[in-house]
Amino acid sequence: MSDASVKSSVPMVDAAGVSKSFGSNEVLKSITLQVQPGEVMCVIGPSGSGKSTFLRCINHLERVDAGRLSVEGELVGYRQKGGKLYELKPSEAALQRRDIGMVFQHFNLFPHMTALENLVEAPIRVKGISRSDAVARGRELLAQVGLADHANHYPAQLSGGQQQRVAIARALAMDPKLMLFDEPTSALDPELVGDVLDVMRGLAESGMTMVVVTHEMGFAREVGDSLVFMDGGVVVEAGTPRDVLSNPQHQRTKAFLSKVL
Amino acid sequence: MSDTQRPDGAGIPPTPSGGASGAGPTATGALPTERAEAIKAVKLRHPWRIAIAVVLIVLLVLFVLDAAQRKAFGWADVGKYLFDTRISQAALITLELTVYSMIIGIVLGLVLAIMRLSPNPVLKAVAWLYLWVFRGTPVYVQLVFWGLITLIYNTIVIGIPFVHTWATIDITWIPPLFFISVVGLSLNEAAYMAEIVRAGLLSVDPGQEEAAKALGMSWWQTMIRIVIPQSMRIIIPPTGNEVISMLKTTTLVAAVPFTLDLFGRSRDISAETFTPIPLLIVASLWYLFFTSILMIGQYFLEKRFARGTTRGRPVVGEPNDPASAAIMGGAGGVR
Repeated sequence: MSDASVKSSVPMVDAAGVSKSFGSNEVLKSITLQVQPGEVMCVIGPSGSGKSTFLRCINHLERVDAGRLSVEGELVGYRQKGGKLYELKPSEAALQRRDIGMVFQHFNLFPHMTALENLVEAPIRVKGISRSDAVARGRELLAQVGLADHANHYPAQLSGGQQQRVAIARALAMDPKLMLFDEPTSALDPELVGDVLDVMRGLAESGMTMVVVTHEMGFAREVGDSLVFMDGGVVVEAGTPRDVLSNPQHQRTKAFLSKVL
Repeated sequence: MSDTQRPDGAGIPPTPSGGASGAGPTATGALPTERAEAIKAVKLRHPWRIAIAVVLIVLLVLFVLDAAQRKAFGWADVGKYLFDTRISQAALITLELTVYSMIIGIVLGLVLAIMRLSPNPVLKAVAWLYLWVFRGTPVYVQLVFWGLITLIYNTIVIGIPFVHTWATIDITWIPPLFFISVVGLSLNEAAYMAEIVRAGLLSVDPGQEEAAKALGMSWWQTMIRIVIPQSMRIIIPPTGNEVISMLKTTTLVAAVPFTLDLFGRSRDISAETFTPIPLLIVASLWYLFFTSILMIGQYFLEKRFARGTTRGRPVVGEPNDPASAAIMGGAGGVR
């Protein structure tokens, strides 16, 4: 995906020395990495390695303590003016977030709304799209994730895999330029994982920029353009999935892969 | 008491619930083709329950027979005043006090709860102060205060405080006592409703707020569209309780002093007729009538909203109860 035409443009995600602490617990220690437009980056690592936190920093669900994090050249959560950083107003932060789709481990669908209502809520309320347009687009997206027949079902009436596909469609309904996946298949029964990964694979093939925190090594190898291994809040190793998975350089990467592969 | 509701009638001792799990091992091997023979056992007897019930019934009958003959109860007067128009009008006023106070109390309680949970520290502090004052003082005392409000605040001064006065306006309007009663009751109720609403809002999975945030929804949109609708199943049952409680609390408006409510009116009548006890019975019967109706409503409310509340987030792959769907289904927009 990352060919010459893409390299010249601004990176989709540009993290330089990103650090984050919860109290005295330093979760991210100077993370530096770039995601190019159209790239699919998979992030792997043991639990507690900071990968989810990093993902949440990208759309400012967590605020960064140190370093610079920007999306399409725009600082996340802050505005730089005359060498000084200013915190963004909640409304400005919301404006940044609406272009970044996020898919959660536990789906977080709105249980009091049908699948279709879940999809049209934000486009109507946030983007001001007319209801009829939003519904048309919503049905299109539900068809895309293979759930056209489930538009009027409530989340509780759907299986986990179906719920997660609705959640992906909900994020796509905002026409994001970047999609973040936070362990999207970790909460699913094994036989339901495939459908969700198929949807994600299709999305990757359509050229969507994606950052995927995952434990699915097969997906990372087949679909990912790059692979990052994180442990203890640092990027231990990064490269193409083939290199990192088949020929890990670092001892910690080797130890982790020997356990999960 | 609840023992009597056990399914003793099923004729099965409580242990055979193990029968269901006992089917597990067989299910892994050969499928059970035949049902095992049903257990026919002699039912456990409860002679003491029967004995105590008999004693209680005898005592109750004795009490009723005795009460029917006692002059002090004045049953003739009870019959005479039970449907007296003054009493039924007063009952209506009690209902009005309850309904208005609850409506204002709920709306204000919702506002206070949202203020307490808002990211704005000023709003938080104001809400905290309100709750501190109104939950920390007896409602009876508050009602006396509201009754005296026109003595405390009788002028409006326009000017720069402590420096210069441009105009002083005397407040000649004396609010009706009914109005003051509603204000007093509802402001106190709001403090309690705020806690109920807050508990409801906090019961919603934080992931919901996060998902809404990630979609670019504002804090207000998240509250109105996502959090509040989901908190209703937690908020509504205790609110029903508050209504019942409010109906009874309206008797305290005597402190304002407002006396046209059910209890005040029956006391006024008895002051003329010197028959306090029959009128107390009349008032009690009316209160019982209203609370009984409310309790029936409460029963159905709780039945409807109690489903699925103990479950956290939907279990993966498991068809969750459709309660949430059914409850909030009407609120949706897309058809």
